[in-house]
Amino acid sequence: MQGFLALTRRELKKWYKEPLLMLITVLQPLIWLTLLGKAMNIGAVFGGGVPRELANQLMLRSFGTTDYFSFMATGMIAMSCLFTTMFTGFSIIWDRRLGFLNKVLSTPVSRASIVLSKILYATLRSSFQVLIILGAAFALGLKTGSGFHPLYLLGVLVVAFLLCVTFSSLFLMLALRSTRWETPMAMVNLMVMPLMFASNVFFPTELMPGWLKVVASVNPISYTNDAVRQFTIYRLDAGVLLKDLTYLGLFALAISSLSVYLARRYLSR
Amino acid sequence: MREEIIKAVELTKIFNGLRAVDRVTFSVKEGEIFGFLGPNGAGKTTTINMLTTVLKPTSGRAEVCGYDVVREPERVRRSIGVVPQEYTADEDLTGYENVMLCADLYGLPREEGKKRALELLSLVQLEPFKDKRVETYSGGMRRRLELACGLINRPRVLFLDEPTLGLDVQTRASIWEHIRSLRERFGMTIFLTTHYLEEADQLCDRIAIIDHGRIVEEGSPSELKDSLGGDLLTLECEGNGVEEILRAVEGVKVVRREGGEYRVKVSKGETVAPLLLRMLTDRGVTVKRLSLTKPTLNEVYLERTGRSLRDQEESPEQGIRQRVILRRARS
Ligand SMILES: Nc1ncnc2c1ncn2[C@@H]1O[C@H](COP(=O)(O)OP(=O)(O)O)[C@@H](O)[C@H]1O
Ligand SMILES: [Mg+2]
Repeated sequence: MQGFLALTRRELKKWYKEPLLMLITVLQPLIWLTLLGKAMNIGAVFGGGVPRELANQLMLRSFGTTDYFSFMATGMIAMSCLFTTMFTGFSIIWDRRLGFLNKVLSTPVSRASIVLSKILYATLRSSFQVLIILGAAFALGLKTGSGFHPLYLLGVLVVAFLLCVTFSSLFLMLALRSTRWETPMAMVNLMVMPLMFASNVFFPTELMPGWLKVVASVNPISYTNDAVRQFTIYRLDAGVLLKDLTYLGLFALAISSLSVYLARRYLSR
Repeated sequence: MREEIIKAVELTKIFNGLRAVDRVTFSVKEGEIFGFLGPNGAGKTTTINMLTTVLKPTSGRAEVCGYDVVREPERVRRSIGVVPQEYTADEDLTGYENVMLCADLYGLPREEGKKRALELLSLVQLEPFKDKRVETYSGGMRRRLELACGLINRPRVLFLDEPTLGLDVQTRASIWEHIRSLRERFGMTIFLTTHYLEEADQLCDRIAIIDHGRIVEEGSPSELKDSLGGDLLTLECEGNGVEEILRAVEGVKVVRREGGEYRVKVSKGETVAPLLLRMLTDRGVTVKRLSLTKPTLNEVYLERTGRSLRDQEESPEQGIRQRVILRRARS
């Protein structure tokens, strides 16, 4: 436990002692929100000829909200989790190349601590971004659902936490034994776009073709978005939310256990 | 008879078909300074990595402090300290924070960790710089910091991988002093690797020369030198039948031609040299240069491997690491 905390502290220090890195962490979600959120104003497609009432009806039916920006902004939370955690694996390659990993491996600290500290670090960093996104989204006019309560935002954090644990474990696993960037980098590239688009980040899955719907229905990002939207812009449906949380929780647990298991076995080459 | 604190039997590591360490067998007694001497790529680091439980042996076995490195890695880790070849301290943290990180990795109670960290920092004379970021440290200071980290758990055996790589002569000598004093003060056993002959010669009680993953010679520095059986005369000359003439001289043991030179091994260089010179001149051979070398480890090395330790070869990846190390060492 002590070793685990010390390793996490080391990572965190590297982050907050670097002002530029910190600034980027803050700027990135803001750029996404303003660019993606405000540029793709799907609501405007119905402008002009379509009566406002009807347009709202159509939006509500497909997106669950009348405001596309709110739909998009809440989807940004999962996206930011994906984008901050996708580099988790590289820090272990870096540690390996610099010899730091070997030093740590020669101490009695548990192999699990080594990977879990990286997972926790990525998760904390990501949660910080999620807070910024939430703040910015409200500032830019997020339309909350009826029955919204500020405490629900804690729920959003829990959901983001689960997704971050999932993704950082996944990307860490890919790099456990690597000494080079190339292969894990290519794998990350290969996975990110499908993960993002085969989900309900930008578009509801109901309107997707059947095969894509299947992919999207196992994609943890879809569950994250749905849960986040339940907490913020939809009218909260406890049954659906419970299903989302269970799925995400089990997914995070399974994949992080797998990464710890693999670390125990394969971190030493 | 002192206890054997490190024991390796037929230890082997194969990386995708490359025998990095090939059936290496040796043992180190408690309190000894034992050195692995060999060029880059010989398998020194790989051996250390296996002994320190970082790498799993492909075959063979090893024990450190009586614990098997594969079956009881946890116990091995608790009883050893490791100073890797690379500078692993975190640049962005201070010296003190780095040592405390190590203390935490060994799970030392906070207070005990602090006490030891300060003790060790003053032992390696970094006390005045403990709150400076490692970024600002010189190569010698970084090495000493690594040393402090490696000592935090009061190990019975300390592993040092190329402890003076890239350091200048004075800094190197001061690191040697630190290493010697560790043995004196704590009776610690030290296993080190080096490709510097002087280091092996001056520091080690016993040496194993390793080349292409195999131990080619083992013994104390003086044993190794004696094993060569005498002095070496190197001649550069012009004329015919030089080798035959040389072989006929009394006291000459071995004659070898290498490049444009003749390397002649003789029992007593000082007396044989004049004799040799006269014989050659008498037969019309012009001797352009003659030098007498008392045996050094380099001669031992050359003898056993056919190569001089001074020519180095390295893999690209190691090259990168090496450059990172050297850049930091010289900063
Ligand atoms: N992780 C690795 N994967 C593949 N080959 C390796 C690895 N580590 C070392 N080697 C190879 O094993 C050989 C021995 O390397 P090493 O033990 O680092 O030598 P030394 O420390 O004596 O310079 C070298 O040829 C090196 O390229
Ligand atoms: Mg080495």
